[in-house]
Amino acid sequence: MTATTGQPAPAAARASDVWKVYGSGEAQVIALRGVSAEFERGRFTAIMGPSGSGKSTLMHCLAGLDSVTRGTVHVGDTTVTGLGDTGLTKLRRDKVGFIFQQFNLLPTLTAKENILLPLSIAGRKPDPAWYDVVIDTVGLRDRLDHRPAQLSGGQQQRVACARALVSRPEVIFADEPTGNLDSRSGAEVLNFLRNSVREHGQTIVMVTHDPTAAAYADRVVFLADGQIVSELIEPTADTVLDTMKKLDTPAEVTG
Amino acid sequence: MFRATLKSLLARKVRLVLSGLAVVLGVMFVSGAFVLTDTLGRSFDSIFADAYAEVDVNVAAKPKLAVSEMEGEQVQAPFPAGTVETVRGVPGVAEATGTVVADGARLIGSNGKVVTSFGPPQLGGNWVGESDLVQLREGREPRADDEIVINKGLATAGKVAVGDRVGVLTLAPKEEFTIVGVFGYSGDRDSLGGVNEVMFTTPAAQRLMLGEPDVFNNVVVKSAPGVSDESLRDSVAAALGDDYVVKTGEQLSADAAAGLKEGLTFFNRILLGFAAVALLVGTFLILNTFSIIVAQRTRELALLRAVGASGKQIIGSVVLEAIAVGLIASVLGLAAGIGVGALLAYLFSTFAGGLSLAGVAVPASAVIGAFAVGMVITVVAALLPALRAARIPPIAAMQDVATPDRPLTKVTVAGALVTAIGAALLFLGLGGHASGNTLATILGGVLFAFIGVALLTPLISRPVVAVLGAVFSGWVPGKLGRLNSGRNPRRTAITAAALMVGIALVTGITVILDSAKSSISGLAQDTVKAELVIAGAQTGPRLPSFDPAVLEEAKAIPGVRIVDGQYADMAEIGGERTWVGAATEPSAMRQVYGATATAGDIDRLAAGQMMVSSDTAESRGWSIGSTVPVQFARGEAQTYTVTGIYESSPLLGPMLLPADAARNFSVQQPFQAFIQLEPGTRVADVLPRVEALLADSPEVSVADRDAFIEQQASQLDGLLRMIQILLALAIVIAVLGIINTLALSVLERTRELGLLRAIGLRRSQTMGMITVEAVVISLFGALLGVAVGASLGAAVVEALRDEGISKLVLPWGQMGVFLGLAALIGVVAAVLPAIRAARINVLGAIAHD
Repeated sequence: MTATTGQPAPAAARASDVWKVYGSGEAQVIALRGVSAEFERGRFTAIMGPSGSGKSTLMHCLAGLDSVTRGTVHVGDTTVTGLGDTGLTKLRRDKVGFIFQQFNLLPTLTAKENILLPLSIAGRKPDPAWYDVVIDTVGLRDRLDHRPAQLSGGQQQRVACARALVSRPEVIFADEPTGNLDSRSGAEVLNFLRNSVREHGQTIVMVTHDPTAAAYADRVVFLADGQIVSELIEPTADTVLDTMKKLDTPAEVTG
Repeated sequence: MFRATLKSLLARKVRLVLSGLAVVLGVMFVSGAFVLTDTLGRSFDSIFADAYAEVDVNVAAKPKLAVSEMEGEQVQAPFPAGTVETVRGVPGVAEATGTVVADGARLIGSNGKVVTSFGPPQLGGNWVGESDLVQLREGREPRADDEIVINKGLATAGKVAVGDRVGVLTLAPKEEFTIVGVFGYSGDRDSLGGVNEVMFTTPAAQRLMLGEPDVFNNVVVKSAPGVSDESLRDSVAAALGDDYVVKTGEQLSADAAAGLKEGLTFFNRILLGFAAVALLVGTFLILNTFSIIVAQRTRELALLRAVGASGKQIIGSVVLEAIAVGLIASVLGLAAGIGVGALLAYLFSTFAGGLSLAGVAVPASAVIGAFAVGMVITVVAALLPALRAARIPPIAAMQDVATPDRPLTKVTVAGALVTAIGAALLFLGLGGHASGNTLATILGGVLFAFIGVALLTPLISRPVVAVLGAVFSGWVPGKLGRLNSGRNPRRTAITAAALMVGIALVTGITVILDSAKSSISGLAQDTVKAELVIAGAQTGPRLPSFDPAVLEEAKAIPGVRIVDGQYADMAEIGGERTWVGAATEPSAMRQVYGATATAGDIDRLAAGQMMVSSDTAESRGWSIGSTVPVQFARGEAQTYTVTGIYESSPLLGPMLLPADAARNFSVQQPFQAFIQLEPGTRVADVLPRVEALLADSPEVSVADRDAFIEQQASQLDGLLRMIQILLALAIVIAVLGIINTLALSVLERTRELGLLRAIGLRRSQTMGMITVEAVVISLFGALLGVAVGASLGAAVVEALRDEGISKLVLPWGQMGVFLGLAALIGVVAAVLPAIRAARINVLGAIAHD
């Protein structure tokens, strides 16, 4: 983890001693306890952990969707902590892409319009060559004029991926992107995400609780009880599963 | 089930507040109307009870012509002074006083203008001394024939005081009097219900108010101790015979109040009409709210079905919710209505010159009306969504909410059918084919047309919204907003239809009035060949009047060719009351007003001759030589022979009599005159000289022809403005509807909005998106309203072609204003939902639950 601090290029996203506390007094819940983590450019990182471990909270804080109680968050060279709504909107518009578990697309727009939406909102034109690459990678060229209701779940999620990719954000945050998909569609989407990292140097941070999904990543960071407890480089489904099992055993948590 | 309903109701209270508000406003109008008329009615009762408190029995001569309060003034026929002596001789009579009381004593205030009462009579009479009711506040009683006393209210309004020399217009032209006293009424009142009173000496009152010496028109009788009013009435009636009407004071007071209350009923109907419009619009709003709520609760309702609730129970749950909303809205509406009724009554009393109001009470009619209307409307409007809710299959609880676009075929067919029924009813009503119930048929037609068009609206909405929204397509938030407004055609349609109703009514009425105005003034411009017109504005049931001597004097001015003075009054012909006119210059018919003869001679009228319009001749079956008995307000019935028939025109009255007929009219002075100049005479030379002649006739003025036509036409403008203001309420309710729909949509699309914000939509862009959606919906509604209104207006104008409304005028400017207003309405309606949308917490919206 700490080995990356000496690198010349800043990380795509960085959390430094991030604390997140909800509520106060009796009802106080500490979601993150001093998490420090870096997510290198051009890598596919998965964040894993049992329910309530704070993995989603970490991602929300990294993406500027949620504020931190203490510590700082950077995306590229932007300090996210302390930005107002305008700054956050600009951050999301220019530097961050999102893929959610569900409700990912606007039902009124066609697939193509959905893909180009972040660019149109920002008033930018897509790079035609890159757009073609993205469309071909997701394999949706013949579906571009369809509305979300006319697409399968997997297709919809691929449209969402294309939308996140097309503006070439500093980092894409994916929140359980395969959570609502059957295993075949899920595999398609994950392959697609991995390829965009390998072939096009995209940075992706994905939250998941599925070891098979995590195995597609270059690196897996494990959270438990609001703290980073372990990490794996070049994981496989088995090593991920093993690590998860250890996390479930209280004695191992300290390690 | 009951608990579940209540809980869901509480959870969505904000959503229901807005739709409830529509019911509140409608109910407010209904109950307000009842409270207002009840309060005013009781106020009138108490005034008349006071006014006749000292009258045990009253004697009047039988009127020659019975006229209602709305049609003009009642002329109580004068009777000889000897009648008072006869009454005095009847056993049981303690005291009998001959009085003169008649409307039409108009005092000229210190500003040189006639003091108007705006409705209540301006009584002139003889001073019979102080009483429990009437007390002198200042000065003394009138002793000479050029002395008067007036009531305090009149003195205040005219800014005159004891010692002033003032002009008074009566049956005679202006005469000067000295105010020697000012009186008030018991209870420190300055006026009784806004009535102005000028009291003369008895001989002056007889000459000025009744037009004859030594006559009275009332005898006020006091009964001797121990004699009941009723028995005295009967014995006086027996002594006087059939030519007299004898009533007790109580009867008199009740009859007088009843006359005014008839006017109030009319007023009440108008208010209820507007309430109906408000409620129609409200129905759309409630229907929409419940539909959206049912759609949003699909999963919840399906779950209830899955755990064993029956379809009936689901309907019951939705209807129960409607009942709760209706009940609360009715209570609030009733409370607001009582406030509004009291406020209107207060305004009315101030306007009518200090009518002392009876306390505000809540009549049973207001309560029953409020609850019946509020509950029934709400439940009826919720019925359709309730039926839809019952059709939700239990499986919907397990599935993702898929709301496929239901085909619009059924609703379109129904819409076409209902529209056709509306059109047919309108055709029957306007074409005069509806036997007897013309108004009801037309109103029914309009209602059906509105509902029909509302049902057709979903179909129309797609293309129209697409075109309207094209304007915004260059801008991403605009495009999103436009797409959202086209997303649910039914929802958009009902929201827009609510706005349509108000705008269609305003547009339709504007089309009709503008067409009427322009047709008649166009006709006048084309045919009336008079350079100058003497006329005045009418401020009450009574026409303005001026000194007949002006006519002769005007004719003597060099350059004046024809002066036609016109008189008008109600008369009874063949058992029917009708307006008749008399003119000093019958030759003006052809030479000034462009009349053409269809039979006989229309250039002259000798005594006992009359000319009539071709329509009148046809409907009454008259021809040249027919003899027609006419009963005027005064004197015995006169017989006239038809000697000329002219082509009917909206500018010409139904019948014309020679000028000497006017001596039997209730007002024996002309109300207007047309002056034609010799060719080559300059208007500017004559106008000031005529103006000078009118110095003593402040009720009228002289204007050139175009100014007169403009002035006449503009009388319709006031009416138009009043209707527009009242219909604005319907538009306000429609705005509530837009706010409601948008608020519900924002709620429904929370996740979507969160997503948009997550991928970089700014707050301002979010607000722009919602605003565009609102503007598109309201523009759509306004466009429909303008189209439907213009069609309805055109249909009515077409139907009135025979009445002389020949020109169809579409008020493009006004229609443009409505569209602009609609855009503004959209922006205003979007404010709250937009703020709400912009404030959506991005994380909260997208984080799955």
